[in-house]
Amino acid sequence: MTLLKRAQTAIGTENLFLLGGLAVVIIGFSSSTPLFLTGSNFGSMAFQLPVLGLLTLAMMVPILSGGLNLAIIFQANIAGLALASVLIKFGGAEAGYGAFALGVLAALIVGALSGFLMGLVVAYLGAHPILASLAMMIFLRGLGEFLTKGGDISGFPPFMETMGHGSILGVPIPLLIFLGVALLWHIILSHSKHGFSVYMIGSNIEASEYSGINTRRTLIMIYTLSGVVCAIAGILMAARFNSVRVGHGEALLLVTVLACFLGGLDPFGGFGRVAPVVLALCTLQALSSGLNLIGANQHLATAVWGLFLIGVMALRWAAARLYLTNNRRN
Amino acid sequence: MRKALSANIVEIRLFVVLMIMIIGLGLTTDTFLTVANLTSLLNNNSINLIWAVGLLVVLVAGGIDISFAVAASMVQYLAAQIFGVIGGGNWAFGILTAGSLGLGLGLINAALIHGFRIVSIVITIATFNAFFGLLMFFTKGRSIYTLPDWWVDRIFLFEYQSASGVWSELHLSVAIMAVCLIATAILIRRTNIGRQLYAFGDNPEGARRAGVNIALMQAIAFGWCGMMAGIGGLMQVNIAKEVVPNALYGRELDVLAAVVLGGARLGGGRGTVIGCVLGVFFVAITQNGLNLLGVSPFAFQMIIGATILIAISTSNVKIDMSSLLKRPQKKLKRGSNNDAT
Repeated sequence: MTLLKRAQTAIGTENLFLLGGLAVVIIGFSSSTPLFLTGSNFGSMAFQLPVLGLLTLAMMVPILSGGLNLAIIFQANIAGLALASVLIKFGGAEAGYGAFALGVLAALIVGALSGFLMGLVVAYLGAHPILASLAMMIFLRGLGEFLTKGGDISGFPPFMETMGHGSILGVPIPLLIFLGVALLWHIILSHSKHGFSVYMIGSNIEASEYSGINTRRTLIMIYTLSGVVCAIAGILMAARFNSVRVGHGEALLLVTVLACFLGGLDPFGGFGRVAPVVLALCTLQALSSGLNLIGANQHLATAVWGLFLIGVMALRWAAARLYLTNNRRN
Repeated sequence: MRKALSANIVEIRLFVVLMIMIIGLGLTTDTFLTVANLTSLLNNNSINLIWAVGLLVVLVAGGIDISFAVAASMVQYLAAQIFGVIGGGNWAFGILTAGSLGLGLGLINAALIHGFRIVSIVITIATFNAFFGLLMFFTKGRSIYTLPDWWVDRIFLFEYQSASGVWSELHLSVAIMAVCLIATAILIRRTNIGRQLYAFGDNPEGARRAGVNIALMQAIAFGWCGMMAGIGGLMQVNIAKEVVPNALYGRELDVLAAVVLGGARLGGGRGTVIGCVLGVFFVAITQNGLNLLGVSPFAFQMIIGATILIAISTSNVKIDMSSLLKRPQKKLKRGSNNDAT
């Protein structure tokens, strides 16, 4: 019991809980198929995780502030489109590193700008974030359809393929990008003034306003940064699929929300950390890879993700009740 | 009168904008104000409206439902199986079946939300994934084309041939839509349960202490939404003449945008059936108008998104209506300011 308590304080209850869940999933799959505990399986998991992971990080901070960003997928698509059009302008597959850098810059600016606009509407006009981001989603989807006429753009320089499929010292580059952003996110949220303001706004926006937090600037910052991370996800998607199409990854939208809630984020905002969300993402990826290995398809994995979230929430509810009754008895 | 004006400011504003659009389109195009165009507008939006009033009840009760569109797909598939086994059926049986299947799926949501005290957005996103995943897994993504005749045959309530020979007609779905609208309006406006739903949505804890049965409220709200989803799903098959498992995927967010545009508050306690109608038709007429004005179809969604963005931006600008209506400002603040929370 003391060992458990010590672990609880060192790692955090939430992390311990999710680590337990992850362990159960891994043990379950490795006992049912010998293919699960292999290097190639973990390799493919490491390549699949980052896109969903980055999008989840983009979803996470708006949720922490008590909102939601439903536009992330199309922000990523439009940013990818910006990168693609710059690359095409500089010769498609023959484009050099300079063109790529310019394209990345364009993508980041597009992502930031779309987020900034959303933040402006949320902060200054008091529109509900769900509605503001929903309208932005419909607008960006339409914009993408208008620009591409529903088709896809492909033909990127070969080094982009390396970015999407290569490894440095055995660690996949997409995973490195994801972990880098996750670490940055953790530092911003836990050790910066902006992060503090995010938590305060999520807990009680009026109280934070009266305490001297510039809530409007913080809200704009939240959605702009979310847009920037979407742009990174969009660039990575372009590199991984070697093409950009508006609607790529559309099915991931609600999965990112699911991952956030699984990672213990309070749906009303104010509480939640980066590490449990990353653990939740690993669990989801392990579930889907494991199910694929034992012959089920992605659709069943989607269903299991949904049921898994319900199960975890039910366990949390039971744990909270147990905790309450135990405390009362003492 | 003044009270009604200040309480429904969003609806009134939307109504004025809609009227301006209708008059503008009537003057600039000679096709907008024709019987054929107006009936097709009604036919094409009846399904969305059925779903919209279902979602409205959930929003009024302070919840949100993301899963209703895939629930409708699930009902379509299950109903097709049931009709296949029974061999035949008719509309009365069909509506009963689809309604109760949808009700069942809605009650699953309600039971999970109330049982584990989890916020509705978490549960309905989970059930959204679960329903959709299971549906795609069991159907393997295949559509069903062999459906009973009564289900796919068009029933016309009204037919009319204009002088130029253009046929216009109203489908059965419009009648079902009207019934659903009236039933929802009676439920939330004219019954005791409706008052309790508003109270529960506005302040759940306050309502609970005042003696409102919150389990019943969740069951009614999500059950009603599920039932409307089921009936809407049934009527959608009548129009599309096939059951496609992923056809309705993604519709939930479009309907949500229309309902909230019509003045329902995310967070509960506010919303009207008229607002739903206005919200749905605002989006529909924008699209219809762009079409008639000859704008490229690829630009539709972009313009609609921008329109909604502008609409919500302007509807949240705090115009000081108090001097206009001579009412204390405090009342107005409750109506418009709380949308932000």
